[in-house]
Amino acid sequence: MAERSADGPALAVEMRGIIKRFPGVVANAGIDLIVAKGEIHALLGENGAGKSTLMNVLFGIYHPDEGEIRVDGRGTRFTGPRDAVGAGLGMVHQHFMLIPRFTVTENVILGSEGSSTFRLDRQAAERRVADLAEAYGLRVDPHARLGDLPVGMQQRVEILRALYQGSRTLILDEPTALLTPQEVDELYRILQRLREGGGTIIFITHKLREVAAISDRVTVIRRGRTVGTRVTSETTATELAELMVGREVVLRVDRPPATPGEPVLVAEDLVASGIRGEAALRGLSLTLRRGEILGICGVEGNGQAELVEILAGLRKADKGRVILKGQPITNVDPKALRRAGLSYIPEDRHNRGLVLDFSLTENVLLGNADEPPFSHGGRIDGDTTQALTQSLMEQFDVRAPSPATPARALSGGNQQKLIIARELHRQPDALLAVQPTRGLDVGAIEFVHKQLVQERDQGRGVLLISFDLDEILDLSDRILVLFQGRIVGEYLSGHVSRTELGLRMGGRGGDEHAAVAD
Amino acid sequence: MSDFFTIALLTATLRLSAPLVFAAMGGLLSERSGVMNIALEGFMLVGAFSAAAGTYYTGRPFLGLLIGTGAAMLASVIHAFWSITLRGDQIVAGTALNLLGAGIPAFLLQRLFETAGGTPAVARLPTIGGGLNVLVPVAFLLVPLVHYLLFHTRAGLRIQAAGEHPHAAESVGVDVARYRYACVLASGALAGVGGAYLSIGDLSQFTVGMTAGRGFIALAAVIFGNWNPVATLGATLLFGAAQAARVQAQALNLPISQDLLIALPYLLTLIAITGLVRHATPPAGLGRHAATE
Repeated sequence: MAERSADGPALAVEMRGIIKRFPGVVANAGIDLIVAKGEIHALLGENGAGKSTLMNVLFGIYHPDEGEIRVDGRGTRFTGPRDAVGAGLGMVHQHFMLIPRFTVTENVILGSEGSSTFRLDRQAAERRVADLAEAYGLRVDPHARLGDLPVGMQQRVEILRALYQGSRTLILDEPTALLTPQEVDELYRILQRLREGGGTIIFITHKLREVAAISDRVTVIRRGRTVGTRVTSETTATELAELMVGREVVLRVDRPPATPGEPVLVAEDLVASGIRGEAALRGLSLTLRRGEILGICGVEGNGQAELVEILAGLRKADKGRVILKGQPITNVDPKALRRAGLSYIPEDRHNRGLVLDFSLTENVLLGNADEPPFSHGGRIDGDTTQALTQSLMEQFDVRAPSPATPARALSGGNQQKLIIARELHRQPDALLAVQPTRGLDVGAIEFVHKQLVQERDQGRGVLLISFDLDEILDLSDRILVLFQGRIVGEYLSGHVSRTELGLRMGGRGGDEHAAVAD
Repeated sequence: MSDFFTIALLTATLRLSAPLVFAAMGGLLSERSGVMNIALEGFMLVGAFSAAAGTYYTGRPFLGLLIGTGAAMLASVIHAFWSITLRGDQIVAGTALNLLGAGIPAFLLQRLFETAGGTPAVARLPTIGGGLNVLVPVAFLLVPLVHYLLFHTRAGLRIQAAGEHPHAAESVGVDVARYRYACVLASGALAGVGGAYLSIGDLSQFTVGMTAGRGFIALAAVIFGNWNPVATLGATLLFGAAQAARVQAQALNLPISQDLLIALPYLLTLIAITGLVRHATPPAGLGRHAATE
């Protein structure tokens, strides 16, 4: 029986005073989240604010140390996801919990197949899935292999699965991270339709735009605590941002217009294949000039990884040329590239950017160890390196007890700052920045963005590759759209809408004057 | 002469493939559920020895078969416990079991029979003609059974899910550990039958090292067959035929180097693993542990 609070509507989810501690950290330090039935409720907070922990607590994956949870008015103590699903909760994961080799139907029914151990009525299951998809207007082919579907469609399969399992309250964890703007709009329509059908939706995000676009109410959490709940239509982006960060924030990057100079990094007609031998780059050309930030946007998996690896010397191009400052550097090894004046901020700081168990000093040595002032005649100069690390830490605001601290002990933001310090110390001519703010909090993002703009103003070329369209729009002086291994659009900053970029990223749209490489 | 030769080659192929089929189907199940299984060789040795010893003490080969199967299954419990419950490295566990599988029979031969080379002669499983024992048809019937289990039952769907993406499977309430245990135990039992086939089906005694790498060849057949039961059967037949060709060539005194013929099955295995592995797509979650807190 759904219980009614004294004056409000029936509640779908009540979480009160949730505390969850991990060794050394308090992830949830007292969170209240009250979600009414039939609303779209945004849960807003920065990376590391405790959103995911809270949802794992709600879903029975973690057990709270303190606090009370009620679902549909009933007090609950879930021992696992199975219980949560049984109580009518459904989770749409940020990294889909789907099996690429299975069909849509197999993915949807897994775990609730509705047959006995040694039977499986595939046809009946396919019919049920097709009917359900029809009823909710979720167009998807039940026979299709999941791995063949675009990301937006895969997400629909996750939603469909939750509905199949009988979910009345749907939790979406950062659901727009991998979608094109058009797919985001389609998702919004689906969510609104579900709400009209009486469903409840909890929408986890760190993007203010999304809160405004889709939610009825929003709860903001910061450092593991609820700092406020607002009716979306009665609040402003500025208020929410301040609640989220805990101080005043500048929502836009302040930067003077660019004054691009001569070309510094040129790629011509690059062709390369991906891990599975598929064509990843199909004749990609671009020119990066001094004094500009050139942004490359596109949906993940359209050749970004291959382009980055070729430019960074980690993969060989099958065809094409790369030229740095007029010198051919095609398929040259990373060491020679660094000497030639290219620095690289990798996407994955744990696997590519740092050796986590090395000290900060040792990490600063990476890629620099055989050059003065770090070493002389093959012997590393420990004192100089340590002093240099110390000064880089001060200059780039890397907060750590000492240069001897292992990199693992630092927060993501400080790790990223260390990488940037190391790379910029070389005073490169061209800087390759791949997803430079992924997973960082607002403060660190501000810092990184400021550094990139500063590099640009000092006459360096910055090539920014990011899946975050806002980051591309905020920082780039010029924007290229990457689709299926080619540049399919080129725009000057401020002369293009999100919609236009989104269409291009999805391989559609485009007018004649956009530069289309063929 | 030529007809006789063909028939002889064919029955020899069946005879030599059958133990590979048992081990390969076991390995396939284990790997499909996400647990790497290089321990097939060890399971086969344990099965072969225990079946011979069991037959020696009971005088009844069918009881011996049961004992061999059970003993290999017991060994596979160790593999499962290490790989699933303790979340240890599956290659290390497999290596340890292969060493155990080689060492324990040799040790027990000393203690029980006071010999070093092999058990005394024991009774054999009955034959069905053509020098083939009763386990041969069972081996080939096993293939459609495994195929049906994997692709047409709920259990099969969940086994595949455990092997492809254990986290996803757990998120919808599939007990990944349970399915993995069942599959690893099945692999132990089946490899054990394959071992018993050698000691009390094909021969009538256990000799040290009698599996001669068949567990590894079976594993190669699984990879060669791209983790598909029917294709894996094809691969075991190919390996079996290679062994049969050697036997026949020896019998006919063909002018081919003996050494080359002896090496043929192993060469094929190497080629399968190095040359064709690139085109194979193993279960995506092979060797990955489940997420349970």
